[in-house]
Parts: sequence; C-alpha cells; structure tokens
Amino acid sequence: MSEMLIKNGYVFDPISGIKGDKTDIAIKDGKIVEKVSSKAKIIDAAGKTVMAGGCEIHAHVAGPKVNAGRTMRPEDKLFRGSYRGGIVKQGKRMEMGFSIPSTWKTGYAYARMGYAFTNEAAMPPLLAPHVHEEFRDTPIIDQAAMPVFGNNWFCLEYLKNKEIENNAAYVAWLLKSTFGFGIKVVNPGGTEAWGWGENCVDIHDPVPYFDITPAEIIKGLIETNEYLGLPHSVHLHGNNLGNPGNYEHTIETLKLASEYKPKNKFGREQVLHNTHLQFFSYKGDSWGTFASAAKEVMDYVNKTDTLTVDLGCVTLDETTTMTADGPFEHHLNQLNHLKWSNVDVELETGSGVVPYVYDKDIAVCGIQWAIGLELALYAKDLMRVHITTDHPNAGPFTRYPRIIKWLMSKKAREATLDTMKRKEKIIKSTDLAGMDRELGLYDIAMMTRAGPAKALGLSNIYGSLKAGADANVAIYNLDATKLPTDPELIENAFSNTLYTIKEGVIVVQNGEIVAEPQKHTIWTKVSVPENAQVMRDIKEKFTKSYTVNLENYAVFDEHVHNPRAIEVEFSA
Amino acid sequence: METVTMTLVQQPELYFECYSVTPDLFADKTLAEIALLPAHEGKIVWKLGDFFKFEGKPGATAEETRIVVNGDVRKMKRFGQQMTGGEILINSDADMYVGCWMRGGKITVKGNADAFLGIAMEGGEITVEGDATNHVGSAYRGDWRGMSGGLIRVKGKAGNDIGTAMTGGTIIIEGDVFIHVLTHAEGGTVIIKGDVEGRVGGQMVKGDAYVLGNILYPLPGFKKIGTVEKEVDGQTYTFHQYIGDLGERKGKKKGEVIYGNIYLKA
Amino acid sequence: MPKVIENVGCPYCGCSCDDVRVTVSDDGLKVLEVENVCAIGHEIFKHGSSDHRIRLPRLRQPDGSMKEISYEEAIEWTAQHLHKAKKPLMYGFGSTNCEGQAAAGRVMETAGGMLDNCATICHGPSFLAIFDNGYPSCTLGEVKNRADVIVYWGSNPAHAHPRHMSRYSIFPRGFFTEKGHKKRTIIVIDPRFTDTANVADIHLQVKQGHDYELFNAFRMVVNGHAADLPDEVAGIKKEQILEVSGIMTKARFGTVFFGMGLTHTDGRNHNIDIAISLTRDLNKITKWTIMAMRGHYNIAGPGVVWSWTFGFPYCLDLTKQNYAHMNPGETSSVDMAMRDEVDMFINIGSDAGAHFPIPAVKHLKKHPWVTIDPSINMASEISDLHIPVCICGVDVGGIVYRMDNVPIQFRKVIEPQGLLDDETLLNRIADRLEELKAQEA
Repeated sequence: MSEMLIKNGYVFDPISGIKGDKTDIAIKDGKIVEKVSSKAKIIDAAGKTVMAGGCEIHAHVAGPKVNAGRTMRPEDKLFRGSYRGGIVKQGKRMEMGFSIPSTWKTGYAYARMGYAFTNEAAMPPLLAPHVHEEFRDTPIIDQAAMPVFGNNWFCLEYLKNKEIENNAAYVAWLLKSTFGFGIKVVNPGGTEAWGWGENCVDIHDPVPYFDITPAEIIKGLIETNEYLGLPHSVHLHGNNLGNPGNYEHTIETLKLASEYKPKNKFGREQVLHNTHLQFFSYKGDSWGTFASAAKEVMDYVNKTDTLTVDLGCVTLDETTTMTADGPFEHHLNQLNHLKWSNVDVELETGSGVVPYVYDKDIAVCGIQWAIGLELALYAKDLMRVHITTDHPNAGPFTRYPRIIKWLMSKKAREATLDTMKRKEKIIKSTDLAGMDRELGLYDIAMMTRAGPAKALGLSNIYGSLKAGADANVAIYNLDATKLPTDPELIENAFSNTLYTIKEGVIVVQNGEIVAEPQKHTIWTKVSVPENAQVMRDIKEKFTKSYTVNLENYAVFDEHVHNPRAIEVEFSA
Repeated sequence: METVTMTLVQQPELYFECYSVTPDLFADKTLAEIALLPAHEGKIVWKLGDFFKFEGKPGATAEETRIVVNGDVRKMKRFGQQMTGGEILINSDADMYVGCWMRGGKITVKGNADAFLGIAMEGGEITVEGDATNHVGSAYRGDWRGMSGGLIRVKGKAGNDIGTAMTGGTIIIEGDVFIHVLTHAEGGTVIIKGDVEGRVGGQMVKGDAYVLGNILYPLPGFKKIGTVEKEVDGQTYTFHQYIGDLGERKGKKKGEVIYGNIYLKA
Repeated sequence: MPKVIENVGCPYCGCSCDDVRVTVSDDGLKVLEVENVCAIGHEIFKHGSSDHRIRLPRLRQPDGSMKEISYEEAIEWTAQHLHKAKKPLMYGFGSTNCEGQAAAGRVMETAGGMLDNCATICHGPSFLAIFDNGYPSCTLGEVKNRADVIVYWGSNPAHAHPRHMSRYSIFPRGFFTEKGHKKRTIIVIDPRFTDTANVADIHLQVKQGHDYELFNAFRMVVNGHAADLPDEVAGIKKEQILEVSGIMTKARFGTVFFGMGLTHTDGRNHNIDIAISLTRDLNKITKWTIMAMRGHYNIAGPGVVWSWTFGFPYCLDLTKQNYAHMNPGETSSVDMAMRDEVDMFINIGSDAGAHFPIPAVKHLKKHPWVTIDPSINMASEISDLHIPVCICGVDVGGIVYRMDNVPIQFRKVIEPQGLLDDETLLNRIADRLEELKAQEA
C-alpha cells in the first residue's frame, strides 16, 4: 500500500539509539519499515529535526471531571470580550477553550505539536462510558485511560486481607469492563476518607472504616500490577500533594517501591511511576518558608532505576486544577476562594475542580515554576523523567513547547525570572538561577516520546522510529546542527510541526490540520482464570451498594471507539 | 476631536452586532474603510456600509475620535466593545452590550439600553438617559472578576443584577431597581437613588451600596452599626450604616476583618 | 415465545432507572409487559409500540393539512431551510440519546445557527450558578450509602421523580446506611405542603420567593453569626432556623436536592448560587453535597456532550463558525423567541409548543418550524414539518446521563421498523448541509 520516505532529516530516536544523525525514515502501510521502493512519496526533511510522534504519559483530557471543568468555566473560553485559546477553524470542527480545551481542540493541538498518543490520567470506572464518548470525539490522537484503584472498595478490602490473587482478578475484570489501560492511584485512601469529609495526608494514616493505610494500598497495588505483568506500572499521585515541607513524605512514599522488581513482557523497567513530581517536592513549614526540594527528591530518583516520574511543570498561566484528590481541591478553594466543584463516585473515587492563577508575581508560584524545571535539570537519566504539566493542573499541555524552551535555554529561564516581582525571594528559595545545564534535542526526545512510551510498556508501537512501530513521526523546523539563538524560535518550532504523520498519513502540514484519520483506543486485556469469589463479591456489591446494575456497568462494545487491545498473557 | 456621523439607512431583519463601532476601530481610517468594517446579523457577515451611511472623519487615535449614531438602533448590539478612548453618542435606544468590556472613553445613550450594559467594564464612562434592564456593570458568566473601574450612570430605572461580582468602579441608578445589587462583590460602589425590592449585598465580601430610597426586603445578613453622614454623587445625606454579608467569608486588611457596607438613607 | 429483556433503562425522568424488565412479543415489535417502573415510565414503553406511532415525516400543505413524505424529502427540506436561514435555532433534547445530541452539534455548527436544550427553561439557572460558584456534588450511590440527612428544597420528587426516594435518597439500605429511612432525617423546604413534605421529618414552609434570605440566614448560623439572626426570616422562625442548622452541622453526610422552587422563583440562579455557598460552608464542618433534580432521563446529556464539543452546556451561538459564544439572556431560546431574533426553529425531543410562553411561540411560528419527535404534541401540530424518530430506550439504545451525570447505557427493546434514530437523521442533515455549502463556495 502507501509508502513514504522522510529523507535527510536529523533524527533523534532514543529507542533506536539515533542521536541526531542524518537518517532516512521509511514508512509502509502505516508502520516504520527498513526500506521502501522508489515509488514512495518523498518528504524532504533536510535541515530539519525528526522525532517519533510524541507520547503523552499523563494529562486530564477526557472524562467527567475534565468536563465538569469545561462546564463550570465559560470564562476559560471568553475573557474580557476576547476568545481564549480559540483559533480559526482548521479541521472539521471548531476549537474552543484555553486551559480545558474541547475534545476537538485537544486532538488538533496535540497533533500540531507532533504528538500521536495521550494517556488519560484518571478514569472513574462507573463513568467509563463518558470517557469513551470523549475519546470518540477527540480527533487524530490515539488514547488510553487509566481507571483509578486507590480508593476502590474492592481493592481496599482485598488488600487489607492481603489477597493479591483476588485483587488481581478484580483489576483484570475492571480493566476489561472499562476498556482501561493500567492502574492509577490517586491520594490512596484519602479520597475514600473524603467521602466523610476527611483525608489521609500521610501514608500511615488509616482509612476510616476500611482500616488500611495508604502505604498498604500502594504496596498491594504494585504487587498486583507485577503479579499480572501489565504493560505500565502503578501510576501514583501520592498523599500530601501540594503542602509545604512534603518532600520527605514523598521520598518515604517512593521508598515503598524499593522491594519490588518489574515483571512484564513489554520492556518496562520501573515498578512505580510518580506523577507530577513538582507538587511533591516542597521544603518549608509554611507558605512563607516555601522552598525547592528538587535536589533531595531527584537524588533519590536518580539512584533508583525502578522509578519513573513526570514533571508537572507550572507554566505561569491562569489554569484549572482538577484531580481525583478531592480533599486537596477543597483545601485549594479554602486558600484561593475560587469556585469549587466536587464529584464523589460511589465505591470508587472522588474528584474536585478549582480554577487557579499561577501569577508570576507571587513568590510561591515562581518557586513552583522553578521546581518543575529543576527536577529535569537535576535528572541523570532522562528516559525516566518526562515532560508534563499535569494538564491542566499546572498549566495547559499547549505550553509543552514553552517548557522545552526553558529546559533548552538558560537565557529563556533568566528572561522569565527577570519578569518576576519577587525574583530575589525565588532565587533564594530555589537552585534554578545557578543551574547552567541546557538540555539538547536528544534529551527532549527521551522526555517526550521514548521515555514515556517505554514506561507505558508501549515502545514497540509509540515513541519509536524502529521498524515495526506505528509510523508516527514529527518533523520540526529546527536545524539540529544550528539551533536558533532566540529561544522563542524553539518554542515556535515545537508548537507547530512542519509535518505530523500518524500511521503513515500526513495529518499536520505547516502547522495546519490536513487530515483526520480514525484514531484508536488502547486498552489492556489480561486473561486471568475465572475467580468465583471475586465474581460473588462483585455481584454482592452491585446488588447492595451501587446504583447501576451490573449488566449495565461494563462499557458496551459499540461505545468503544476503534479498540486496540494490548494483550497480556497472564501466568501465575 | 474629529467626528464620524453614521446614519441608519435600513433596519436589519433580525438583530445586528456593531462590535466594529468603536473609536479604536474607526481611528485613522477613511470613511470607505470604515464602511467595510464587518457586522453580523446571525451568520451573515455584512459591512457597516450596508446599513449606515457615513459622514465626517475619525481622529488619528481612539482618544481623538467621536462617533455619532443617528437613526433607531434599538436592534443593534455591542456598541463600543472593548474601546479604550474617544466618544460615542447614540441618539436612540440601543440593544444589549453597550460599552461591553470598555476600558476608556465615553458613551452616551439618549434612549434606553438593554441587558449587559458595561459588562466587565475597566474604565471610562457610560451614561444612559433612559432605562437599563438587567445585568448592569456585571461580570461575564463564570468570571469572578466583574466590573473593575469606570462609571455607569442610568438616569431611569434598571432591572436585576447591578454590579454582580464587582471589584471596582461606580454604578449610579437614579430610578428604582429590582433585586440583586452587588451580589458576590469584592469591591466597587453602587448608588441607587430610587427603591430596591431586595437582595442588596448578598454574598458580598467587600463593596459599598448607597440606597436613597427603600429596601423592601433587606437581607438578614446585614446588621446596623450606626449612623453616618456621607457625600454621594455631589450631595450629602445621613445614612444608617449596615455591615455584612455576615453569612459570607470575610475579607481582612492588616489583620482586621473588613465588611461590605450598605448605607440606607435615614 | 415472548422474550424478557432485563436491565433496561427507562426514558422518563432524571432517575434514569436501569433495572426495568420488559417483556416483548416474539416478533420483537410489541411491548407486552413492563416491570419495576413507575406509572409514567410504564406509559412510555407501551406508547412506544402502540399502533398510533407516527412512522413517516409529515409536511404541512397549503390547506393546512399534513401529508406524509419520505425521510429523504424531509432531510432535504430541513437542510435547505437551515442553509437559507440567517439565524436558525435548534432546541430541545429532553428525550434524545447522546449520540443524537453530538450529531445535533455537528448540524448547527455546519449550519451556523443557535443550539439550545431544555435547561434553558428548566435548570438553566443551576448552570448559571455552577458557572459562578462551582458544584460540590456526588453520585446518587454516595447518597444511598452514606447520607443521614436529606434536604429537598423547592423540589417534589413524589410527583416529578417517583422512584427517587426509594432508589436513592430516603428508603434504600446502603453500605453505611443499613437502617434505611429509620436513621435518616428528611427536611423539606417548600411553600406548599407537598406529598414529599408529607414524608418529611421537618417541613419548613418558606415564604415563596424568599429562599435566598433563608439561605443567608442558615449561612449566618454556620459562620458563627447566630446571635445576629432576626426573629423571623422568610416566614421561618429563628428557633426553627437554629434547629435545622443544628441538624445540618451535626449530619454525618447530607445532601441538598433542589428543583424548580429555586430555579423558577425570583433571583433564579442566585437561589442556587447561595445554596452552593451554604453547601461549601458546611464542608468546613462535616460532609455535604448538592444536586440538581434534572427532569428528564437524559437532559443532562446535551450539557455534557456540548461542554466537551464546544465548551458550553447550553444557549450556544454557533453563528460565528470559528468559535462558539454563550450568554444566557442573549443566546437563550425563549429570549431570542420573545425578541423575534431567530428565523427558523427546530424543536427536537421536546415540546416548545406547550412549554414556551405564548408570545414566544407566536414569533417562532412566523418562521419555518420543524419538529423532530416520536410523538404528536403541540409543537408538531403547529409545525411545517414533523419528523418522527426512535424513542431512546425503546427502539434505539445509546448513552444517557442520569441526573448525577452518571452515564447509563440504554438498550433497545423493540425493532424500529423503518424509523430513523436522531443520530442517523441529524448526520444526514449535516451531510446535506455540507453539500449545499460546498456548492455555494
């Protein structure tokens, strides 16, 4: 079928180990191949940078709390009479919203940045059909979603009794019912406590009634994950997010993973992925003494190769926070007094949404901004450290090019620091001003495609230009041998590709959407043996406690858009 | 100051959006260029020249530009949208959004103005000789930052939602008002010279309401703390002072709790 | 042999019950029996397979009578008029599935028109309040499993949501609420002594139109200003205000359910806004949530679908083609109709003929009027074109959103026999519109 040859580009592909060499990339029938015939369509990438399509490991782009954010924030679309983040229509549908884009804008904006895949950060299982409806209406990019397990009544009870086999059967059943991808854990135990208005801020705080600690939940789910051999590891948003002085608790949490080894057939080497690490890397005992603990945290991450992390960089925008850490969102509302939405989900989880303005003239915001960048600049292995903003919590994902600019250019960092009213205090409370390191394109490729794909266990499909991978390619207007001295040009280049190619089809050309081929829904299919006990428990909880019938719970096949199962052959 | 006079030559079938009628967009243009500026009627994009004829000339800048609108424009919205300076005089009623998101300059409406008058205003002055309706000096849906500066004066009466989510500036309604004055306000001043049916200062954290007439249904969340003399719009009166909303969170200034105020003429 | 279909969703009210049992005839064409539903839900299923179903579109003739036409002709008529209109309005969606609502978004974006749903005459004020003040809520199962205090404020579920109290709020025995209604305190706040007030422990007969003042009073108590309360607020004595505040602050988990009593009295959105403020205040002391009693089984649907499509839940102005604008009061259906601001009307899955104010209906009637609805109703009887469609939950499935925004997957129980579903019909209208626009370009 269709053949394409991308010629003469400077290729950065950590999966194949290509570090900027001038290499041709051959594509046939939607896959990367070794070579093609002379009839191939030629794309001349001479003097340009070529990478695999981007691979997003954590963003809140589709689902009930994302949508609650959209609904409650008309002013995210219209501010002072001007349309925020909107753009003149390029694709089939209009693009709306700045910090919480519409599903159509989400797909188009990721495509324009050269991304091919997004991992929806949290899916409440009962509302899975909603996530899949939004996936259907998100163009171009492939998507997966992680159901949340850390406050799930089944898991709390099985793990309290140390019944890993039962927990694993339940997890496999839930992944299948929701067409979910992996095990997400958010504020373990704390969001169940929030069902009573309480919280667990420490991993040793017991959950009311269920009498299990967050530490036990995390460890039990890591054991479950490795028992099943899932493609991705446990993906953790831990306890005590956002509080000054939380870094020691963060390291204690990370240490919970130290006794485990990864077991899987997907090339994954970590047992724990700690998400948006910026929010967990704080020193100080109050907002007044708030400071960066990026070095201490990264010292631990650097020496522990069974950990991966993503940054959660603050972008200094007016944005929207939204997370399954329900109690944290209420706490944030009590701090900034902006409107607060909350959705607690029976037996499973909760969530909250609050707008937030990361004002560059407020010291705490400037320090948070610095911390996100420091985590990357302190990192030894950038395959294990990924660029995110916990979209939209620390900023919209459309700012990734700006983060790349800051990481690649000290001059750009200094320019931003110079605009900050509380510059002196920020410099005193962080290390950023004294850090000279500037990342290169290979580093960026590790942090935005190869690393996330490997951590997700999907590097044979995404984030890779090795033969056999999906032909997802991004061509950026950057001469790798002569990077521009003006850092703004770096940001521009990563914002709008010269070409984005998705499974061999050109979807973006010169920063404009030109095609919208069908996308896939990625999910994990684990075949475990029938577990009668677990099925009885499931029937009992649906009869007694849920308000939806069991037979209506699993997402009907017709509501899943173009599913593509990652099959796990379970062996005990 | 230079003046452009625009005179209506035909009525639209539906309603017309005059977001292009601002000193900022007229400044430094020829009349022919001004006539080409867009205006929507539903999905149809007209040119201003399809509905108006133009005379005179604009100034070089917004500040130096005055626009006079003649003819019955009661079905036309958004005069003065986001303007930063200059003047507009409308010699009839006008529809919604007069002076929307205005930053500076002056608008006068000789007749009545419809809803969303001066929405999220930041500066400048609007005078309506007739009545206004609902949402005077209000905030856009969902925005906690409402009117923050400038002056709106309505010589007639108004409806509900005067200064909702206001943070600064002044609104003067010389006639009566329905309900909801300074709801959710965090600053700003509203002066009502007529009567208000109720809900003055609901959920207010900071701001000042002056009512020269009666409040038919006062809120329980306001308690009287004394009597003061204050000058309001050039005249001095004796007022009963109430502080509140006691049901809302309280602002603090230098460690002291501060309240919103209702001054009710004694 | 008749077939029994289990776990069927009921397409009536916002309870969106999914435990209905329907027995259908062997040929899959008739509903024989319906179990587990309330009386109204029962009617919908029976009506769905009645011989009186309209099965073909009907076009108004010059003499005023209706003549049957094909779906093709109906699609062409609708597309042509949408294309010609300067500002067409599509309104309704009380009774459509989400797939249809998504397709409607495509139609009106392509047509460059206005798109609105029944919230505009119902829980629109709730949306306005959510925009300004957020929405601390939960799923109905949380209420069932945890709540020990229930407040129905301006809401009468005994009439409007018949199974609400038994499935979700007062009577069910949930995980932490084994004793059911015996361990729950029910408070009804309503100017009338309704059938719901009849099962309450406390009925506050608030003075109609003054709920805002009563909320203000409750907030004063919760925020430490009980001493400043006047002797009576909104017809309720201070002692009762203190008693009820005490119950609320001592609750383990409370939920406020509210309805038209708040949305349709003076102040409208502000009544809900202050209720949300009170709920938030109570969360500093204990655990409280608030929930809008959405009327129809999928009226939450368009709010959810259009939020992810356009960023706004209702009152959409899509006339600018590149972006959507929303400002209820300006872009709301009834306001536009009253001002004669639209020049074509499509009434879908609803009955604007019955529910809009008469002057609004008169203005709309001056222009082309299409009704897309399975039934004969007031709107269809004054329309220029009536297009019948499938009934969600009866002859088409699809996703619906319950009042707590939980998606319920509906099934079909009988065959549509030639009827088109909303999604198919609307997509074909959109396709034809695209053709007409391309021809013009």
